[in-house]
Amino acid sequence: MTSFTPPRWLTTALFLGAVAFGVAAAVDGLWVMGPTAEQGDYSRLLVVHPPVATLAYAGFGITALASILYLVPRTRRREWDLLAGASAEVGVVFCGLTLITGSIWGRPVWGVWWTWDARLTAEALLFALFLGYLALRRVPASPHVRARRCAIAALIAVLDIPIVHYATSWWQTLHQGSSIDLLQPDKHLDTAHNVGLALGFISLSLAFAWLLVLRYRVEKLEARYEDQALTVALEARHAEGRVEVGV
Amino acid sequence: MWRDAALVAGKDLRIEARSRVATNQVAPFAMLVLVLFAFALDPNRGVLKQAASGLYWVAVLFSALLAVQRSASIEAGDRDQLRMSGLDPAGIFLGKAGAVAAQLAVLEVLLGVGIVVLYNARVASVGLVVAACVLATVGLAAAGTLYASLAAGVKVRDTLLPLLLLPVAAPVLLAATEAWQAALAGHPGDGTQWLEILGAFAVVYVAFGVVGYGALMEDA
Repeated sequence: MTSFTPPRWLTTALFLGAVAFGVAAAVDGLWVMGPTAEQGDYSRLLVVHPPVATLAYAGFGITALASILYLVPRTRRREWDLLAGASAEVGVVFCGLTLITGSIWGRPVWGVWWTWDARLTAEALLFALFLGYLALRRVPASPHVRARRCAIAALIAVLDIPIVHYATSWWQTLHQGSSIDLLQPDKHLDTAHNVGLALGFISLSLAFAWLLVLRYRVEKLEARYEDQALTVALEARHAEGRVEVGV
Repeated sequence: MWRDAALVAGKDLRIEARSRVATNQVAPFAMLVLVLFAFALDPNRGVLKQAASGLYWVAVLFSALLAVQRSASIEAGDRDQLRMSGLDPAGIFLGKAGAVAAQLAVLEVLLGVGIVVLYNARVASVGLVVAACVLATVGLAAAGTLYASLAAGVKVRDTLLPLLLLPVAAPVLLAATEAWQAALAGHPGDGTQWLEILGAFAVVYVAFGVVGYGALMEDA
């Protein structure tokens, strides 16, 4: 089976697309979009916060899916493990951004940087779960052992998500309910807000894909370097020997 | 599978009984945590009594970490022998988790006496307390055994295991604390929904361990 390496034009196209839509989203969010009656200027964070939160879940979803594909003998390929690792890293970054943008919004609107609301708590736990997963990925082991361990760890973490969701929801809920439907404009928002939200989703989805492809490529290079480390070391020693004897 | 589980659990518990690590180190550590909580929170203003259920489960969680690490270290370096023993991996998982659960149950009784004596807590609904303990213990033991196996043979196991296990076990801490709070306050009806969370956690991780432990053992 040939291994898949994403072409360079793909990363360039994703990057340019993310920048173009990002500029459009920024223009809409900063100048076209007006402040809302309830939240004032803080409603502009709508362009960033819902997309990064959704994409964090997408990242962990890809990790879970790739982990299952690695564990099933028929579909087992090292690329699935590398994709799982790359996606978890990008997912953790987006999860961190969700927490940060949420805090920036929460301080003026709720009056606190952090509160033990169900969604915030669940998001923080999700962040910690996948930090553990990333730590496990950095533990030295043979590629297959590490891949299998990490795939199982990812599934254990993913199984925990619905339990965390219900536990924290029953615990307490302050966060507003899911008010955004990804497939249709929100009736409570004006056109500029709906356009800004759509542009934010497109821009950040492209940025997510760009980072994912880049990280996947780096993971592949690291895997190749790891595989060839012994050969490289031997060649280096040979080269040193040749210099010493003046060949 | 059940016979293998009984064999492995018996072996682990015999080793623990002979080494006396659980009685000489883990149990005193658990009690020490309860005493330290009293130092950190003002014991004279009823804070400890109010927070007794949460502090109890934090102490259980820390003790569970130690118990799970002990359980994993029994086979440190000899995992191949366990793998080659011909025992059913699901049985090995159930046995190791069962041994951890048995140790945790003893610790929970000890800590329960501790919060009654030291924190002046009063248990109004014994049934709910026992049900929460049984479900939480099974869940913690199952998830802990799985993660201990994931981190087995790794030099950084002692620091990696808490990072892996504590976030996963957070719903257990939350649900068990809420159930206990209801039991201590004498409102058992408020605690039943938390038993569902504890039950779901226990079922998910026991089932996952029974199915997936074989794959983890192949890594040894």
